[in-house]
Amino acid sequence: MTVERELFDYLLRLADSPLILAQRLGEWVGKAPAIEEDVALTNVGLDLLGQARLWFGHAGDVERRAGGPGRDEDQLAFLRDTREFRNLLLVEQPNGNFADTLARQFLFDRWHFLVLRALTASRDARIGEIAAKAVKEVAYHRQRSADWVIRLGDGTELSHTRMQAAIDRLWTFTGEMFAVDAVELALIDAGIAADVRALEAPWRDEVATVLGEATLAVPASTHMQGRGGRGGKQGHHGEAFGHLLAEMQFLQRAYPGARW
Amino acid sequence: MVTPEQQAVAAAAEAAAGDLPRPDADAIWRVLATVPDPEVPVVSVVELGMIRAIGWEGDEPATLVVRVTPTYSGCPATEAIAEDIRAALGRLGVARVRVDIVLAPAWTTDWIGEAAREKLRAFGIAPPAAARIDVSGISPLRQPADAVACPRCGSTSTVRVSQFGSTPCKAQYRCRGCREPFDYFKPH
Repeated sequence: MTVERELFDYLLRLADSPLILAQRLGEWVGKAPAIEEDVALTNVGLDLLGQARLWFGHAGDVERRAGGPGRDEDQLAFLRDTREFRNLLLVEQPNGNFADTLARQFLFDRWHFLVLRALTASRDARIGEIAAKAVKEVAYHRQRSADWVIRLGDGTELSHTRMQAAIDRLWTFTGEMFAVDAVELALIDAGIAADVRALEAPWRDEVATVLGEATLAVPASTHMQGRGGRGGKQGHHGEAFGHLLAEMQFLQRAYPGARW
Repeated sequence: MVTPEQQAVAAAAEAAAGDLPRPDADAIWRVLATVPDPEVPVVSVVELGMIRAIGWEGDEPATLVVRVTPTYSGCPATEAIAEDIRAALGRLGVARVRVDIVLAPAWTTDWIGEAAREKLRAFGIAPPAAARIDVSGISPLRQPADAVACPRCGSTSTVRVSQFGSTPCKAQYRCRGCREPFDYFKPH
């Protein structure tokens, strides 16, 4: 059985979430509450951008192998339109305040780490190599975002209220992280993709432990966006996403083929 | 003063003048050891463990293949390093060079030797702790910051200011003894 078409789609999922989150983190440059945090947010973004580039490189090779155009990282990042992006809805959510940004990072980092660690055992050797490198970087990301959730949650009345509101608002976007569709099922069968269904319980345990230490409540709502196969992973995005692409892709759209 | 690079070039020229059509591996490694890391110029890419292997490929004139592994996925210095490697080998008379970027095994600070750690310390960067970051199991949710000695005054009364510093590979610390801020090269 050939799974090249599914593999290309899956690699875009792996690439697009870190790419879009890196773009969001880049919006903080010069605006974070302290210089150290300004530097930290963009360093995390730099790691994620580097990971996205590695996934795009592999995606382009797979596309070429399947008889397609074999697009490079720039074409994949700057010349696809909204519906062709495969990132999680969570990462495209606007930055909001500092608590919103760190809550988004925390919910993503805990998932990202588990997925990458599972992918180190992928039967696709290149996926395993990229994941083994990225998981070490994400180990630092998840430490930092959990530290901030605890600091703000177990902080002042204002910081607690804001962090709880951020977790509550973003919670609805966490369901699709653990939903599988035909693309992922085919690759799970082939031993290539991470089976995210098996990661939901450990993720919930970790998140509940951190929120508990932060004196925050685990949201009770079970309403999840994009869980029924019509979410970010299938190319259905929210209103804010088009605006993000407009800024990220402006240069290549206005000056096609421009290079440094 | 004769620099190590000049010595290496002289040795290679000597080798090239004899029967050997190409510089030997030692000469190549000596030249590579003069290529600094662009962001931590006090240590070379060889000392950081970024050069994984060298080898010749194809018939004469053969191509020298240098296998390089990046430190971090997003390290913007990787392309500059490849250029610097080509330039250094060019000065050695090796015209055909290919730099292959390899990812596995993933780079680790375990590959930074003792001498390089001392150079980092003298430069004001605290070298990485012995243990690399553990990704094998579910690590504790909150990990205490590594106990790091101040590279200026040696005090171990230091505090982590931020997990990320001037580059992704470094954290920011402050010394309670001498009150100076410093970078810590994170174990990886």
